[in-house]
Amino acid sequence: MTDTAGSGGGVKLQIQGTTKNFGGVRAVANVSADVQEGEVFAIIGPNGAGKTTMLNMISGFYHPDGGSILFEGRDISQTGASNIAALGIGRTFQNIALFRGMTVLENLMLGRHVLMKSGVLASFLYWGPAQREEVAHRERVEEIIDFLNLTDLRKAPTGALAYGLQKRVELGRALAAEPRLLLLDEPMAGMNQEEKEDMVRYVLDVNQEWGTTIALIEHDMGVVMDISDHVMVMDMGEKISQGTPDEVRADPKVIEAYLGSSDHKEVA
Amino acid sequence: MAELATLPEYMLRNAVEMGGQPAIRLKELGIWESYTWSQYAAQVRELSLGLASLGFGREDKLGIIGTNLPRLYWAQVAAQCLGGMAVPVYQDGIAKELAFVLQHAQAKIIVAENQEQVDKILSIRDELPDLQWLIYSDERGMVGYDEDILRSYAEVQAAGRSFDSANAGYFDAEVGKGKSSDVALICYTSGTTGDPKGVMLTHGNLLSCGRIFVANEDVRASDNFLAYLPMAWVGDTVYGLVISLLVGATNNCPERPSTVMRDLREIGPTGIIAPPAIWEGMLSDLQLRGASASPMKRRAFTYFSGIAQRIEDLKFDGKNIPLGLSLLGKLGEFIVFGPIRDQLGMRRARWCLTGGAPMGPDTFRFFRGFGINLKQVYGMTEVGGLVSLQPDNQASPDTVGAPCAGIEVRIADDGEVQVKGEGVFVGYFRQEEKTAEAMSEDGWFRTGDAGLLNENGHLVIIDRAKDVGKLGDGTPFSPQFVELKLKFSPFINEAVSFGDGQPFVSAMVAIDFETVGKWAEGQTLPYTNYMDLSQKPEVVALISEEIRKINQGLPEVSRIKRFLLLSKDLDADDNEITRTRKLRRGFIAEKYGPVIKAFYGGEQEVELRLAVTFEDGSESFVDAHMTIQEAA
Repeated sequence: MTDTAGSGGGVKLQIQGTTKNFGGVRAVANVSADVQEGEVFAIIGPNGAGKTTMLNMISGFYHPDGGSILFEGRDISQTGASNIAALGIGRTFQNIALFRGMTVLENLMLGRHVLMKSGVLASFLYWGPAQREEVAHRERVEEIIDFLNLTDLRKAPTGALAYGLQKRVELGRALAAEPRLLLLDEPMAGMNQEEKEDMVRYVLDVNQEWGTTIALIEHDMGVVMDISDHVMVMDMGEKISQGTPDEVRADPKVIEAYLGSSDHKEVA
Repeated sequence: MAELATLPEYMLRNAVEMGGQPAIRLKELGIWESYTWSQYAAQVRELSLGLASLGFGREDKLGIIGTNLPRLYWAQVAAQCLGGMAVPVYQDGIAKELAFVLQHAQAKIIVAENQEQVDKILSIRDELPDLQWLIYSDERGMVGYDEDILRSYAEVQAAGRSFDSANAGYFDAEVGKGKSSDVALICYTSGTTGDPKGVMLTHGNLLSCGRIFVANEDVRASDNFLAYLPMAWVGDTVYGLVISLLVGATNNCPERPSTVMRDLREIGPTGIIAPPAIWEGMLSDLQLRGASASPMKRRAFTYFSGIAQRIEDLKFDGKNIPLGLSLLGKLGEFIVFGPIRDQLGMRRARWCLTGGAPMGPDTFRFFRGFGINLKQVYGMTEVGGLVSLQPDNQASPDTVGAPCAGIEVRIADDGEVQVKGEGVFVGYFRQEEKTAEAMSEDGWFRTGDAGLLNENGHLVIIDRAKDVGKLGDGTPFSPQFVELKLKFSPFINEAVSFGDGQPFVSAMVAIDFETVGKWAEGQTLPYTNYMDLSQKPEVVALISEEIRKINQGLPEVSRIKRFLLLSKDLDADDNEITRTRKLRRGFIAEKYGPVIKAFYGGEQEVELRLAVTFEDGSESFVDAHMTIQEAA
């Protein structure tokens, strides 16, 4: 196990020489990066650059073939997804992953499942500690509902909501687990301008008011450059640049990766 | 009960006599939180002394901007405790309108609900020379603000507590100085013409209207109301705050403006007041839900709606109801009417009032048919919102009821309704010439409405006196009458009709985006936005058919001959309607001049460049191309 001493209390997540292969394809090759406590950290890059693979390794869906990932100094590279959630890492998905038949409230309550302690029998009887626990969790969920302006949709079935709202519910579901590190996989994908602005507002509020560290993948360069403290740029599985938005924007390698690739995206 | 002179005195009395009873509730984080009268009084006291510590005193003005919240009601009373005046303003007003009102009112301190309102006020700060402090209630998002005039509500209350211990007896002394002739409230009228005017109402004015209303409708301490109408509207103060203070009834503040309908059902208020626009909205919603229910339910709804109408028509004509029909009505009560009242949150409502603007007779009878005690109330800001009220057994869509005891009404020689009573205001703030214009020489308030008193002594309002016109052949023409007919259609949200001095009646129609949108989905008709939807040939055909039906109920000469569908809804931000949704006819006639010309010039199409104002006050232009339709 890697020694974490001296890595400093300010680092939330350390990615150390991480590599991931799928058969003969090297999806992520020897990438290292540090995510600081309380910052917004963005991973950008053209399609197929390995961004989502990176996020999946952090959240425990994949395990790296080489290198390690440390969360608050603890090696999580071989920890399973369910245990990682319990450690305090929450995430949203690029394709919305909600229970469509359940209400907004139910989805968010489910998001708190990792924090619930009552056993099946106690919950079933809904008496004493189990009831008190449910009430406390509901209170916290109501705060999230209020925070994300979902008050009027509390009892609405999630599947019937507009896309932008579902994305917001998904953010709420991730927040319900009270993560100390929040991973967002393309939170603004497919949104219209207004929905994007709302989402940016919420992401910044989560970061600033609740102090949650955020790592996100996003295609919309304007958004990334506006809200991130640090940006890591990936291309073909490798890290090609890292720094503040201004530094990254000026990096010739980044310009080449974007303008030279078929996936033409403006570096705003 | 002894009559007290000011609103704060009633609050203190309630705190003593019914300290443990709920005074106001707020739904927060999904739970209705109650505040008792003693908590209410304590909150007001802390805030009031906090304001005093910031230098607020007698005759100072406190601006209030936000949605209905206990804290904002407390702010009103807190200002009045110190002999100050509350100036509630429309929370959805754009910065330019706010600047006018707050500057004109010389607001010294403003209490704002949240960051959104704070941003608006800060953006117009340069235009508010009298503003010294800006207090915000909701602290979310306020971390990064370092403007020196900002204080949080909690901070001000904390300052109030220290002020209280340093100045014992100050609060009681200030409340004791209050007289019934002190101005308690300045309500800026939405103004269908020109800039808003600040109507000054004294404690005496407000309490007089409140007392008359309480006596007429038997308002009790056990009553519950939902406080959901804009705080800047005089009705919210009189029919909410004032009557709650007078009898100790409970006001309930909704969770969010978007949850009002659900909150209404949860509270089940014992009395409801709403402007016609809200009743019309409820009606459209009901019709829509009725139409999209399962076939069985839909049939029951349609059948029993018909029964209800027949019974209501017979009742209205004073005829006997045949036994069979009466039995069907009872069955309908069980199967349809009762459950629908329950869904609307009106099962416990003893009275439901519509006021502020006229309501179409069809809408009126629809609700009465469903067993909802809908009645008209007539009043305007200048008279504390109350002139006449319909008794339960004499509700009718044609009159606005008998003038209330204690309020005198006369019809001037030119047909104008004039009012005298304790509720009549003391004047427009800083506009003495306007005050003089509004009063007759012998001291009656001139309402500007044309009306008459019928054989039962009930007041009948014809229209705004200056709006009533004549068609080319001399037939009297009331634009409102035609518009109300149009607005009864669930597919039509707003309408403006023309005809004064013209050979025939024409109308501009704004579709109801929600209902027409639902309808289009049912027809698998794709559309993108309001503009697109409103110009679809299918939608034009739909509205044509609605207008054809409406025309059948109108005399030949008053029928709508030509119309067009507006490519945007009428909007208060664009100055087309007031915040209380009254048409600003003068402005519309000017803005849509080319349309009127096209109506009567026989043209088929019209090009119009429309200015669109966003909530932040910025403007942009939209070029609209609209086709004029011939009505069948």
